[in-house]
Parts: sequence; structure tokens; C-alpha cells
Amino acid sequence: MDIKYGLSASFNSAKDLYDAAGKVREEGYKEWECYTPIPVHGLDAQMGVGRSKVPCFTLIGGITGFCTGMLIVWYMNSFDYPLIVGGKPYFSPIFPFPVFYELTILFAAFGTLFGMFFLNRLPRHNHPVFEHPSFGRTGDDKYMIVIEIEDPKFDEEETKNFLKDVGGKSITLIRETIE
Amino acid sequence: MSTTKTELKEEIPADVLKKIKPAKWVDTPLVLNKRNFHWVTEKICGIVEQKTPTWWWWCFITAMCIASFTGLGLVYLVSTGVGVWGNNNPVNWGWAIVNFVFWIGIGHAGTLISAILCLLKQKWRTSINRASEAMTVFAVMCAGIFPLFHVGRVWFAWWLFPLPNANAIWPQFRSPLEWDVFAVSTYFTVSILFWYMGMIPDLAVLRDRAKETWRKYLYGVFAMGWRNANNHWRNFEMAYLLLAGLSTPLVLSVHTIVSFDFAVANLPGWHTTIFPPYFVAGAIFSGFGMVLTLLLPLRAIFGLHDLITQKHIDNMCKIILATGSMVGYAYSMEFFIAWYGANSYEGFAFINRAFGNYWWAYWIMISCNVICPQLFWFKKIKDNIPLVWIISIFVNVGMWFERFVIANTTLSRDFLPSSWGYYSPTVVDIFTFFGTFGFFSILFLLFLRFLPLMPMAEVKSVMPQADPHGGKH
Repeated sequence: MDIKYGLSASFNSAKDLYDAAGKVREEGYKEWECYTPIPVHGLDAQMGVGRSKVPCFTLIGGITGFCTGMLIVWYMNSFDYPLIVGGKPYFSPIFPFPVFYELTILFAAFGTLFGMFFLNRLPRHNHPVFEHPSFGRTGDDKYMIVIEIEDPKFDEEETKNFLKDVGGKSITLIRETIE
Repeated sequence: MSTTKTELKEEIPADVLKKIKPAKWVDTPLVLNKRNFHWVTEKICGIVEQKTPTWWWWCFITAMCIASFTGLGLVYLVSTGVGVWGNNNPVNWGWAIVNFVFWIGIGHAGTLISAILCLLKQKWRTSINRASEAMTVFAVMCAGIFPLFHVGRVWFAWWLFPLPNANAIWPQFRSPLEWDVFAVSTYFTVSILFWYMGMIPDLAVLRDRAKETWRKYLYGVFAMGWRNANNHWRNFEMAYLLLAGLSTPLVLSVHTIVSFDFAVANLPGWHTTIFPPYFVAGAIFSGFGMVLTLLLPLRAIFGLHDLITQKHIDNMCKIILATGSMVGYAYSMEFFIAWYGANSYEGFAFINRAFGNYWWAYWIMISCNVICPQLFWFKKIKDNIPLVWIISIFVNVGMWFERFVIANTTLSRDFLPSSWGYYSPTVVDIFTFFGTFGFFSILFLLFLRFLPLMPMAEVKSVMPQADPHGGKH
């Protein structure tokens, strides 16, 4: 059985895709996506999407790392097994600076990577767009816009004509095979 | 840009223009010969997809043979005891610390290229950053071997980490060596994360091009299902920028903490505040030396002249020149402070460095690190690729001797002449260090064979075709 996923249109240059993306947004489509071999400068604004939320995950990671660093030094050298070193206080936020500095960076980096995966909903090894016969070219030198069937404005004929009007080539209906 | 140019021309009368003959601004492209995106994909994927070249096998076998020296050295050391190294009293650190700092330093150029140059929007970094990051990761692996085995009983090395053990004691967090554990392991982990994340879009390209099932499967797994969607790129770019922002203070802190191993000790010649910046500059200096040593042959073998252009080589030479001069400045400043500080022990340490028992090491260091890079002032030398390569080797040699001079001249001449000594490496020392070059080469050759040598998306995004605004931005 086949399930229709959406209509794709390919473009040959970043400029064509950029202009077309603006028109798709103005037309009022909501469920659509651009596929590009490179991050196209200014495409986010053109598609009307906001800033990435990855920094929140970085911040959470960083704070966790900082607290972890402080906590282990206090617990290990001052609480669980107080160590006398040179008659200095058991704990101070100064001497273990390198420890919590490094842990802040370590946890923030993990937060960033996993935040990126989470926001991109990855890993996901199966996706309908992979069914497109020349999907691989979007990683090479072709650009593609896909308008999903889920979109309230989607109409197979109308959307097809619209994609043709904005300059899309080889309009294809992407189908996902379900066994 | 184009509008301002015409405006200027209108303002200046034609006869004046004729008289002053304004110089033409030549904007050298980063990818030569007007290549297109498809060419870049074919070129970089081609390296991985082609049949394994014969030279690769020869290099790989040679690297395996060389690496076996490290294996032999370590097996002998573990089965006999750390005394088989030349370390003695008073030189307890010997080659172990020298090799550790040497390899860690090499790694730093990779992070500089991928992180600091990214924040500074240096677009030329794109074609060299992947290979340099790989160099970072592999160099840190080589570095880790030395402190790991220097602890003597390597099976207890996990005591360095704050893990509960049967002795019920914890690490002592005031020790710079403990800080090193945190700094180096964080550096290694974050370098791998950064390297891997940057590779995801390229792995997806390799996955989509793959014909064999094993390739489809393995590249597929590691590409995480990346699908080039703008939404993916949006989060990816933000994450990349943040990782660059995190790696920058990290790389500076790592070599700072490595220098604390010395600077926190109360020994003349070590106990100086100049150490952190001086070590960081030295690390970047040696790292760029290694980047040139690795990339110039690759450029010739794979015909990457359009991607790694003369401009890239010039820029790297300039960084070597700048950091080499900083290192030279630090050497002279150390001498000045030793004299100006009027501390007789400090004064002796430095006179001893230049004219004492290790004078030969000191002068090798000065000629390789201070004099050699000064040749890069001349365009003729920068254009001569074999010569640049030879100088890059000198830089590597010089930086190894720098660490040797710092560690050994101070330790071998202690406060009391009764505890003076002289350090010479044993065969086991030499084997272990020599073999790490083989270990590094094995990893680098595997990287060349299976992973994309350059970040394709990043290289493409600095090409004129990537501009969606038709040059009007």
C-alpha cells in the first residue's frame, strides 16, 4: 500500500530556491520544508521560522556541569573524606576552578549535541523523503521544496501548478510504501 | 559593494583617477577554477569511494610496523616496571611529560582552525578544518599514552577519576595533575563531539551515494538519518556555532592547565606567570606545523590544489610566523625576568638553559622555533611548497625540544648541587615515542580511507554559488 507524503519541486540554484521559498510562505503553506546541500543564508527568515532553540540545551548542560563540578569537589575533599592540604580550607570555590570550568564546558557540549539531535528529531533512519528517486542530489548540488499532504492548503492539482509557477522543476509526488 | 564602487568613481574626476592609478582589489576565490558543487562532492567523496590505492597500503603497513615499537615499549614497561624508562632522581619526568605536552600541543591547531577561526569568520578554514580536527583527536590519543603509563601501575590509572574505590579516598583537587585529567579528558571528548557533529551532513551524502550494503548501513547509522532539511541545518548551524564558542575557551584552558603542571611547582625556570600564554602560542605554532606537514602531501596526492590553494598555505605560514615570533618573545622575556627579578636561582636556571648541560637542546629549539619561521616573511619561500613542508618539520622538531628544555634543564639542576643529575632516554623511551608516530599515522590513514577529508557543505557554502542574494548583499 502506498501513502502519499507530499509534492516535491526541485531547483537548480540557491537563489531560485530562496525566491521560491518566500512565495510558498506568502501563499500560506504551513507544512513544508526546503532540502538544501548547504545552509542557505537567510532562508530561515524567508521560510518564516524563528531562531533555533539549541542554546537552551547548552545552558542547561553548562549549569549542570558547573554544579556537578562544585558538588564533587565539596563532597570528596571536604565532606566525605576531608583532606588537609597545606593547612588550607577544605573547600573553596577558587582552587578547583579548572575542575568545574572543564565540566561546565563538557556538559554544555553534550547538551548542545543532544539538543541538536532532539530538536531535529534524530536519529530517524526512515523518512518518506528518502523515497524520492533523486533525494541524494539534495546533498550534492540540487535544492528541493516539499509541501506535505498534511498541509491544510494542500490540493494535489493546485499545489502542483503553484510549484510550477514559482519555478520548480520535475514536480514529483512522494509516496511512502507501507507493507 | 558594487554601488559604492561606482559612487566613488563618480566622485573622483577622471584625470585624478588617471594620476593616482588606484590599485585593483583582487579577491582571490577560496575554490579555484570556478568549480561547481558537484565537482566538490565528486572530489571529496571520490577519495573515500575509490579503490584503496597501493600507496595507502604501503603507508599503512609501514605505520603498523612503526606503531609496534610503542606496543613493544609498553609491554616491556608494564611487565617490568616504570624504571625501564630513563627517568631518575632528580629528573623524574623525563620524556613522558615532554612527549605528552608535544602531542597535546599539536592537537591545538585543529581546535584553533575549527573553533576560533570559525568565530572570527575566517572562511578559508573550511577546506582544512576536518583534517585538522582529525589530527587533534589522534594527537590527544597519542598524548594520553604517556601520563597513563607514567603512573607506573597503569591498571590503577582509573584512580585519577573521581570514582569510588576500595581505598575509600578521593582525588586531591588542588593538584595541577588532577586538573590535567579533567582538562585533557574534556578536551578529547569535546573534540570528538565537534568533529563528529560537523561530519553528520557529509556522512549523509556518503550514505546517499553508497552502493555497497555495508557502506549504506554504516554511513547510515552514523549519519543519524540526516536529510538536508532547512530545519536540520538551522539547529545544526546553531549547535556548530555554540560548540565553536565552547571549544575556544576550552582549548585555551587545556594548554593553560598543562602549563600549570610546571608553573604551579616552585622550581626556577618553571614558576612563571608567562607560562600559560606562552604554552598556548607554542601549541598553536606546533599544531600548524603539523597541519602543513600532513596537508601538503595530501594536496599533492589527491590533487586538491583547487581547494587548498596558495592562499590557504600563505595564511597558515603567516600564523606560524606570528606564533613563532610570540614564542621567541616569550623566550627572551623569560631571560629578561630572570635577570630583572634578581633571584639568583632563577638567573642560574636560565644561564644553565642556554649554556649548561643541555645547551645543544636549547640551541636546536632556538634555531627551529625562532629563526626558522622568520623565513616566512618572504613570499618566495611561502610559494615554494617543498620548502614550506621542510620548515614545518623543523617547527615540529623545535617544539619537541622546547618541552625537553623546559622539563629537563630545570630538573637536572636542582637547588643543591648534591642532587644534580643528567637525564638520557633509554631504548624503551625512544621506542615508545617513535611508535606513537606510527599509531598517529594508522589513525590518520584510516580517517583518509573512510571519512570525508573536507566538510563538503562548508566548502560549498564559501563558493559564489551558495549566495542566494545574487551578490547583492
